[in-house]
Amino acid sequence: MGGDLNINHLLFLAHGALWTVGLSAIALVGGGTFGFLVALGRVSSSRAVRLLAASYVQLIQGTPLLVIMFLSFFGLAAIGFNISPLLAAGASMTIFVAAYLGEIWRGCIEAVPKQQWEAAEGLALSRGQRMIKVILPQAIRIATPPTVGFMVQIIKNTSLASVVGFVELTRSGQIINNSLFEPFIIYSIIAVVYFSLCYPLSRLSRRLERTALQKKPALA
Amino acid sequence: MGLELDFSVVLERWRALLDGAALTLQLAFIAVICGAAIGVFGAIGRRGGNALVERLCGAYVEAIRNTPLLVQIFLVYFGLSSLGLKFSAFTVAAVALTINVGAYTTEIMRAGFDSIHKGQIEAAEGLGLSRAQIYWHVIIWPGIERVYPALTSQFVLLMLASSVTSQISAEELTAVANYIQSETYRSFETYIVVAFIYIALSFVMRFGFWLLGLALFPRRRRLGTPL
Repeated sequence: MGGDLNINHLLFLAHGALWTVGLSAIALVGGGTFGFLVALGRVSSSRAVRLLAASYVQLIQGTPLLVIMFLSFFGLAAIGFNISPLLAAGASMTIFVAAYLGEIWRGCIEAVPKQQWEAAEGLALSRGQRMIKVILPQAIRIATPPTVGFMVQIIKNTSLASVVGFVELTRSGQIINNSLFEPFIIYSIIAVVYFSLCYPLSRLSRRLERTALQKKPALA
Repeated sequence: MGLELDFSVVLERWRALLDGAALTLQLAFIAVICGAAIGVFGAIGRRGGNALVERLCGAYVEAIRNTPLLVQIFLVYFGLSSLGLKFSAFTVAAVALTINVGAYTTEIMRAGFDSIHKGQIEAAEGLGLSRAQIYWHVIIWPGIERVYPALTSQFVLLMLASSVTSQISAEELTAVANYIQSETYRSFETYIVVAFIYIALSFVMRFGFWLLGLALFPRRRRLGTPL
């Protein structure tokens, strides 16, 4: 209909891919920060904080990201807050990622051997010191492989930002498709681009996991 | 502007919401059954010894796990229609979700099968069990038992992910929500209600899988301990 696929279309896709990477970075930084707080809240000494963090995780993990996207874009607009697609997508991804990363990191904090807590307590370190000086440095090492693995999920899930009109890779593909109507070719190209973004991360995550397993006897 | 929320216009369309929720569960059910079957065969293929089959299963898993579901759905939707095959949106959605969850299930089940101790298989061989019997009694069921929690959370995630099929206008819960909000202009209330329906659905699914686990793996119930 609108001619053949040419270099301009590919440039447009590349531009979309950049935004996919950008949105993933926003989600990782925002969700990581917020998720860290969630993880700390999950292992907090206060019962109320633990309960609050746990219900946040339950609520978000029980809701599809797509509905969160719709809620923050169309929902907030309907009650008088007009926000841009970038803000809606960034906020939704942050809320979503925080719940999952928070839960992953909680597992990592709890995976640090109990004796480490006890030894730190025996050295009369305060709770904050124990966390910062003893537990977190070890938890970060445990957390690296699953976090890199979760980055693949983040990149894939940014595709849902297309539904609120944020022009990332999938949306730019839809726009091109509207003029060319070659859906199979265009979505295949898009799938290949996503694959080449995600596959190296998957491999890296698996390699980190293997080396972590080999180092385990030294840790314990 | 004063903030006024009116849930009544959304709630009075409860029939449509119920139909949508039923369709979401139906999609999830089909994808879970077919995906579990693919997973068993995929996992056997990935460790079965034939290099070509291993490669093929590996490529399938990596291709699906490293691309977004939304793009997979579009590819199935437009792929089938460019082959001249016309299916309903529901069928396309079910096929795409099955292909997607099949890959994840393959990977999870492979981990379960790999966790079976070699001594168990050798013992089964020593007892003169056939290859099929060894797979069924020693590898598949105990393997699934070990990864059952991981499998069920993947299946709940799949149910949530089925919301994406609203993009090819399968009439599931999210599509119903889109329709209601365009009719009532109450998008905030609509999506809040739908979010809570999804949360309820995921609780229902988790409870169902817990019951199913009790029925499928009585050994766990008797011992009271995870393997």
